Amino acid sequence: MDGKQDDIENIGDDHLDSEKKYKMIAENVSVFYDDVEAVKNVTMKFKERSVTSLIGPSGCGKTTFLRCLNRMHDMTKNARVQGRILLDGEDLYAKDKDPIYHRRKVGMVFQKPNPFPTMSIYDNVAAGLRLNGVKDRRILDEIVEDSLKMAYVWDEVKNNLKKPAIELSGGQQQRLCIARALAIQPEVLLMDEPASALDPIATQKIEETITELAREFTIIIVTHNMQQAVRVSDYTAFMYLGDLIEFNETKKIFTQPKNELTSKYVKGQFG
Amino acid sequence: MMSSSQKRAEYRLLFKQNVGGRLVVDKIMMGIVFGCVIAAVIPLGSILIEVFKNGISAISIEFLTQVPGAIGSGEGGIGPAIQGTLIIIGMSSMIGVPIGVMSGIFLAEFGDNRLGRTVRFFNDVFMEFPSIVLGIFAFLVIVLVLGHFSLWAGAFALSLIMFPIVARTTEESLKMVPMTYREAGIALGLKKWVITFRIVLSAAKSGMITGILLSVGRIGGETAPLIMTVLGSSQFFSGVDSPMDALPLRIWRMSLLPYDSAQMQGWGAALVLIIIILAINITVRYYFAKKSKKGNILSKLMGMRKK
Repeated sequence: MDGKQDDIENIGDDHLDSEKKYKMIAENVSVFYDDVEAVKNVTMKFKERSVTSLIGPSGCGKTTFLRCLNRMHDMTKNARVQGRILLDGEDLYAKDKDPIYHRRKVGMVFQKPNPFPTMSIYDNVAAGLRLNGVKDRRILDEIVEDSLKMAYVWDEVKNNLKKPAIELSGGQQQRLCIARALAIQPEVLLMDEPASALDPIATQKIEETITELAREFTIIIVTHNMQQAVRVSDYTAFMYLGDLIEFNETKKIFTQPKNELTSKYVKGQFG
Repeated sequence: MMSSSQKRAEYRLLFKQNVGGRLVVDKIMMGIVFGCVIAAVIPLGSILIEVFKNGISAISIEFLTQVPGAIGSGEGGIGPAIQGTLIIIGMSSMIGVPIGVMSGIFLAEFGDNRLGRTVRFFNDVFMEFPSIVLGIFAFLVIVLVLGHFSLWAGAFALSLIMFPIVARTTEESLKMVPMTYREAGIALGLKKWVITFRIVLSAAKSGMITGILLSVGRIGGETAPLIMTVLGSSQFFSGVDSPMDALPLRIWRMSLLPYDSAQMQGWGAALVLIIIILAINITVRYYFAKKSKKGNILSKLMGMRKK
């Protein structure tokens, strides 16, 4: 255990682009559902403007960990989070700060596309702004267009922004959800298997979107698809049964894994 | 020991034996289902036909707009009763719908605890209360205290019938809204009440409207609580502080009279009441269906043109 933790601590100093700062740091994070420990004492650091993949077999705690980074567990009655999560040095779980402040800096895209069913495409993207108090039509128009362009869905929807969002295809809906998350101008983007419900073409579009977004945002993505991790991410973390087994540059994880388990998993011998 | 493929062959034989019998059972079950539907529809249809047959001859402009004439004369109309029913439905809805919707929101979004379970239990008990008890309650706390019958007392009594129904149907429709929409709202940094009111409520709208219309239908036909509260009157509206007539009251009084002409007018009033409830239902549904469908139809046309 100790050896593993040391490796993780060292990553930033030895291997990674030292120009970049750490945007988000998770320190000794554990998550319990009642008495079951789903994430065990995980420590990870996320560099700004990078893509980090969380991989691992089902039930390894990767989604649970991702949801900590946005305090989504506040909603789950029997979930309990221990440890510290720092965003630009500020503790997300500090008692005196409402989670809303952090959530506006940390956008999230979910596994299944979930556009608001009664709203149009435009209203979906504008929802986060309008409901947070932005009224100026000109600014809204600008941000909506900008966000849809960033999510690479603008060309497909620009002529019918008034159309109900649920009439888009699955892939378009998911990119719309990315646009909706981007519209609140987050600094970190969390993605929970954003392409798992999509066909290969839509998946490719989402991946292109992620690569483009990484120039500006810190992206943390949970994926079941190892090839996807290779294609989109700079860093990869392998989790197994709630433990963080190995965290390193994606290339190293897939070509020279240090841990036996990681090696087996990336070779497809289990999972 | 048998090989497993042999075993599987035997299992298959077991399965296939009674297909014919099951098809017969299937047919019988379908027959029973249809039989029950018909059994349910026959009384409904015959009531509607009976009311229509007897009531239609009573209906005229005079009948719909005039105050009641002398007892047994067959003259006059049910103008005040129609007016009273509309006012009282409106007033009760103004009290009952907001309270019901709010209670429903509480139960669905914040009711997963002991307080919520207690409220839900009493709400369900309340829903089953005989309406006359609620009428007596309104009589005690409003009519006796103020010293006179009034529209307010009636609206109060009917809103007591209304809000448990609205609360329960609102709760059920809110619970049907998938968690993922709430999560999307949370991830956008929205406050809980914004998510509830701006996102979840609009997704649950159609179920809530059904509940509200159900409760409107229910109070539209209530008679007992009205006897204890608005009393009845033969004059048009003269203020929320005075007694008022309502269609169920008028029907009840007419049907007690020994004159054919009065009973005829009672049938007419019953027909008018059914039409009013139907009209409210259809109008509200049409209004909301049109509002949500307009976009759909337009965009479908656009989509077709593209292809």
